[in-house]
Amino acid sequence: MSSLWEYANPLKFMRTTDWLLPIVAVAAVVVTATGLIWGFFFTPDDFRQGSTVKIVFIHVPAAMMAINAWVMMLVASLIWLIRRHHVSALAARAAAPIGATMTVIGLITGAVWGQPMWGTWWAWDPRLTSFLILFLFYLGYIAMWAAIDDPDTGADLTAVLCLVGSVFAVLSRYAANFWNQGLHQGASLSVAPGTRMDWAYKAPLYTCMVGFGLVFLALVLAGTRTEIRARRMKALAARERMA
Amino acid sequence: MIALLLRDLRLAIRAGGGFGLGLAFFLILAVLVPLGVGPDRTTLALIAPGILWVGALLACLLSLDRIFALDYEDGSLDLLATAPVPLEGVVSIKALAHWITTGVPLVLVSPVLGLLLSLPVPAYGWLLLSLALGTPALSVIGTFGAALTVGLKRGGLLMSLLVLPMYIPTLVFGAEVVSRGGQGLDVGTPLALLAGITAGAVALLPFASAHVIRINLR
Repeated sequence: MSSLWEYANPLKFMRTTDWLLPIVAVAAVVVTATGLIWGFFFTPDDFRQGSTVKIVFIHVPAAMMAINAWVMMLVASLIWLIRRHHVSALAARAAAPIGATMTVIGLITGAVWGQPMWGTWWAWDPRLTSFLILFLFYLGYIAMWAAIDDPDTGADLTAVLCLVGSVFAVLSRYAANFWNQGLHQGASLSVAPGTRMDWAYKAPLYTCMVGFGLVFLALVLAGTRTEIRARRMKALAARERMA
Repeated sequence: MIALLLRDLRLAIRAGGGFGLGLAFFLILAVLVPLGVGPDRTTLALIAPGILWVGALLACLLSLDRIFALDYEDGSLDLLATAPVPLEGVVSIKALAHWITTGVPLVLVSPVLGLLLSLPVPAYGWLLLSLALGTPALSVIGTFGAALTVGLKRGGLLMSLLVLPMYIPTLVFGAEVVSRGGQGLDVGTPLALLAGITAGAVALLPFASAHVIRINLR
């Protein structure tokens, strides 16, 4: 392998993902299942929160991937704008619905956990609010892709939208922070010493995070392959019409 | 550029009622809210800053599609893009024209609507100031949204989906200034952040808007 940029060639990308995708998909299923089963059935109940604490094994990885998916879209958009690699634009397009789904999973699991713990399904807490706003940005991005017929114009416009949207999403995060501290606890994991989570929980949680990352990767690869195939079919149909 | 500004202003004022539409909408919103919530003065005073800011936001949104749509349809946008004036300048002037025809009137009538919503007396000054500081950001962000959707047939709905989330920081800080001002608290922090957003948006977003227009005209 000489350079990462070789995978900007759709043919090369397709050939590599031909064998890579099944491996990633199987690994994603195995790791996620291991993490979830481990987390759900083989960890002790928390002494205050009872078994509701176990929703963390879905909630935290989903929330993490919701943000990471947007960051990945941002990087892919930048690569498209700077180096004009089509695979990059298509990968950003494929990541958006997955990121939006992760955001919804994060919001729903949070609501399900919040009902017994905080006594409310929803509160206008900074973290909750900024996640809802992130979801709105995902919706706008997906709608923008759907609205434009020409693929290159669509890729350009959504890439700029993603860049500008990122700035405003971060601004919104801090604007929501500004109100008050809110209900949501601080970061679940931290690199600082003296973290509050026991290894009995941390190990399955890390497994779930890796699993969700692999799930995301597998879905993005599959989505990108679909987009490439769809574009090939469009080109073939256009050639057919010309003939 | 001044000629372009004057042209846009003239078009906005003369083109059959488009000018007052945002204002009328703002007024109707301020009338509808007490009708829906009930005339209790303390409740109204509590929600007045938020309602006025949301109203200003929506009134701004209403007139955004006029910024580029007509010029795009009759081809003058192509002429402007090939003119010796840089497109970034054209975009800024368009945003300025939008602000003068929508933002400034909103700022000027807002105290009257504040009266309707029984806004606390000390908040009036802050309402004027925060709207005067915040509406330029609304116009510039809106111009970006309008530039994104200029080539689309039914871009209006999509544009509101794109633009409204970007209005959130301005809304939060603007409404915060007014409600803090009404309670006699210190407003320095939200005011500075509001001004910062406006300054950043005015300085940077025209480049994005101009780039997007070039893509759409390709």
